[in-house]
Amino acid sequence: MKIARMAAVALVLALVAGCSKEKADPGGAGAPGAPAYGDAIVDGSIGDVSGFLTAVTSDSASHGAANYVFNGLVRYDKDLKLEGELAESWEVTPDGKRITFHLRKGVRWHDGEPFTSDDVLFTYRRLIDPNTPTAYAEDFRQVTRASNPDPHTFVVEYGKPFAPALASWGMHILPKHLLEKYPDISRSPLNKKPVGTGPFRFVEWKTGEKTVFEANPDYFEGRPYLSRVVTRVIPDPATMFLELKSGGIDMMGLTPLQYTRQTETEEFRTSFNKYRYLSFGYTYLGFRLSHPFFSDKRVRQAFAHAINKKDIIDGVLFGFGQEATGPYKPGTWVHNPDVRRYPFDPEKARALLAESGWTDADGDGVLEKGGRTFAFTVLTNAGNESRAKTAAILQQNLAAVGVRMEIRTLEWAAFINEFVDKRKFDAVILGWSITQDPDQYDIWSSQKTGPKELNFVGFRNAEVDRLLEEGRRTFDMEGRKKAYFRIQEILAEEQPYVFLYYPDALPVVHKRIHGVEPAPAGISYNFIKWYVPEAQQRYTTFQK
Amino acid sequence: MLRYIARRLLLTVPLLIGISLISFLVIHAAPGGPVEMATDLNPKVTAEARERLRAYYGLDQPVHVQYAQWLGRMATLDFGQSFSRDGRQVSEKIGERIPVTLSINVLSMLLIFLVAVPLGIYSAVRKDSWFDRISTVAVFTGFAVPTFWLALLLMILFGVKLGWLPISGLVSLEYDSLGPAAKVWDRTSHLLLPVFVSAFGGLAGFSRYMRSNMLEVIRQDYIATARAKGLPERKVVFRHAMRNALLPFITILGLSVPGLLGGSVIFESIFAIPGLGQLFYQGVMSRDYPLIMGALVIGAFLTLIGNMLADVGYALADPRIRTE
Repeated sequence: MKIARMAAVALVLALVAGCSKEKADPGGAGAPGAPAYGDAIVDGSIGDVSGFLTAVTSDSASHGAANYVFNGLVRYDKDLKLEGELAESWEVTPDGKRITFHLRKGVRWHDGEPFTSDDVLFTYRRLIDPNTPTAYAEDFRQVTRASNPDPHTFVVEYGKPFAPALASWGMHILPKHLLEKYPDISRSPLNKKPVGTGPFRFVEWKTGEKTVFEANPDYFEGRPYLSRVVTRVIPDPATMFLELKSGGIDMMGLTPLQYTRQTETEEFRTSFNKYRYLSFGYTYLGFRLSHPFFSDKRVRQAFAHAINKKDIIDGVLFGFGQEATGPYKPGTWVHNPDVRRYPFDPEKARALLAESGWTDADGDGVLEKGGRTFAFTVLTNAGNESRAKTAAILQQNLAAVGVRMEIRTLEWAAFINEFVDKRKFDAVILGWSITQDPDQYDIWSSQKTGPKELNFVGFRNAEVDRLLEEGRRTFDMEGRKKAYFRIQEILAEEQPYVFLYYPDALPVVHKRIHGVEPAPAGISYNFIKWYVPEAQQRYTTFQK
Repeated sequence: MLRYIARRLLLTVPLLIGISLISFLVIHAAPGGPVEMATDLNPKVTAEARERLRAYYGLDQPVHVQYAQWLGRMATLDFGQSFSRDGRQVSEKIGERIPVTLSINVLSMLLIFLVAVPLGIYSAVRKDSWFDRISTVAVFTGFAVPTFWLALLLMILFGVKLGWLPISGLVSLEYDSLGPAAKVWDRTSHLLLPVFVSAFGGLAGFSRYMRSNMLEVIRQDYIATARAKGLPERKVVFRHAMRNALLPFITILGLSVPGLLGGSVIFESIFAIPGLGQLFYQGVMSRDYPLIMGALVIGAFLTLIGNMLADVGYALADPRIRTE
């Protein structure tokens, strides 16, 4: 749940897809009318915005809201490939150390001032400025030189080739003329009343209640059809669902339970379209690899055979998910579908455990080796129901092969700070978000096993280290793909995590809203093309 | 009397400092700080960036230095700046939520009084009657029912099935385009369910309290005297008995003062009401130290003041206390 925050930067508005639309209404009332301007879409959010400048915020509500107002130089298109946004095009020199961005001409800030390369340079300088309380400076500190030879060209140089750098320029570009007099941008009025170049203009933010945006008629990709976007803060998921049913909001993400059991009514089907696709994330069982039980690869592989992933998906997710084989999302260019798999096979698990010396000598149903019984504790965070249920199923699966697993749930902050950071755990159940850029240096590199670093399982593999570096140095997609395919093979063989499942995202959107076209990148990539036919418009008191 | 009040006020100062010191230590002892809560497990955040953020908030200083700085600011009534990324003043953040929480609490308190006082009196006068028994069951049901459950049931009934009332929030999205009368109705309709739900749970305590006070008073000699004088029963009950039975309510009122500004997290979350309860809860979850301290100090101050007002009010209203 909370880990989902990590990907907020790259992942904003990833209401993603790959996706099958429920065939709910063949023909009939939902037949598409002509695209028309007007109406509003009301979205629900569990959390309130904390500010609109993405450089200084770290929650998904803030990043989602900022996306309506701001643009980056680049973005991911519907097939998850990088494309220009404020940059029309870019070139990378053959040595990979220099990127030249050619900026779009004629773009204006919402206050009418022209957008130029000065703004880009200013944004870069503020990101690396120690006065800016940003958590995202790292990618930009790799830049050795940044310059803007003319108003529509921006050049950055790096000490060594760094492929994730390109995607880092998806960072929102800020207006220099409005911010330069504030040494700390987080305390500027713009953090509360943003002025950007994006498809929607800021109207109001009522703290704890709602944010409102209106269509930007001069948007460089054309005026969005929807005249307004309102995001209501509704902290309780049950209330949000009732608001959806009573017409108070137009879209939200459903739980598997709601998707299968609470929305299968005729009434619901006539008002809403449900969508389903793999979300950008996975849940895993991670081992502390220095633990005497888990340092043996065969034990980890035995676990992979002992765990019935299908049972977990059926029981926890009502079938709305896929078995995970590695840390990338199936269907994306970087995902390797041909890695070693571990079919559910308790016999094989027992055999592997026996091979590594674990046998049930005293016949009590629990394995022993050298006088120690195979009993350990798995930790997970409290308040995440699907992880708790997953743990219960794992417990049964492992008991069947003679391993006793205790489950302990902990409050998030205590879990991370007292147990994960201090490496005081046997195994954990956690999840990662999957970022669009495949670089996972921080999670798998042997350089990242220090305190508070993210390779907390302590995975060390020289070949993976080398390939991670190579993936960072290579701009060519085929070259990168080769490196990451091999990494996935090694991870599948080594099983530092047992990769459990990729859950589905289950968004629902009101039927009057047309133009929602699921793609690998999700449903929101073409948000500005969503429309409501004239006759079906609901909120008509706004000016069109 | 004035000297008494002045002494009580002076005493609140060391009490407040003590309370704030304990609170400060406790919230700093909780695992994870504001920087960690916002950046834990985020691969984009390096250790260096984390350190810079800690320094930005002054969290790299020892705790006693941080407390001294906080106390110094408090001396000038400066609650400081929130650690949330909006960087707003704590006083502003708390201030903007006060009207919402206060109005709902005052309305629900009024509702409780309007219902609980007659209910308690009637139950006492007709002790063990059918009315007494049914009302007892009803108010205890209200006391026992979980707020969130009742709220959701009412939302389903009035919001989804009947469509009479809005489900959550304070005003409709079209609020700004409504006429004055429609605006009033819009606000009222949004308040009906929250006020009812929050009052329903409070009825039991107050009505039972009223009933037992009343029973106590009715047994007194002066009531017998009043009846012996030949006063009509109505006068006996409302003029003589009720006024005395209401006296202990002054204490309850005083003790309710801090509660007027304290919102319930569950209740506010269910109805999506941006009140103080939610603000405080989010502050705790994100380890927004200045905000937590601000809310705690205000709460502690109101509690102390409320106690004092109750004592003073009681003394003013009841001559027996004054002379002692």
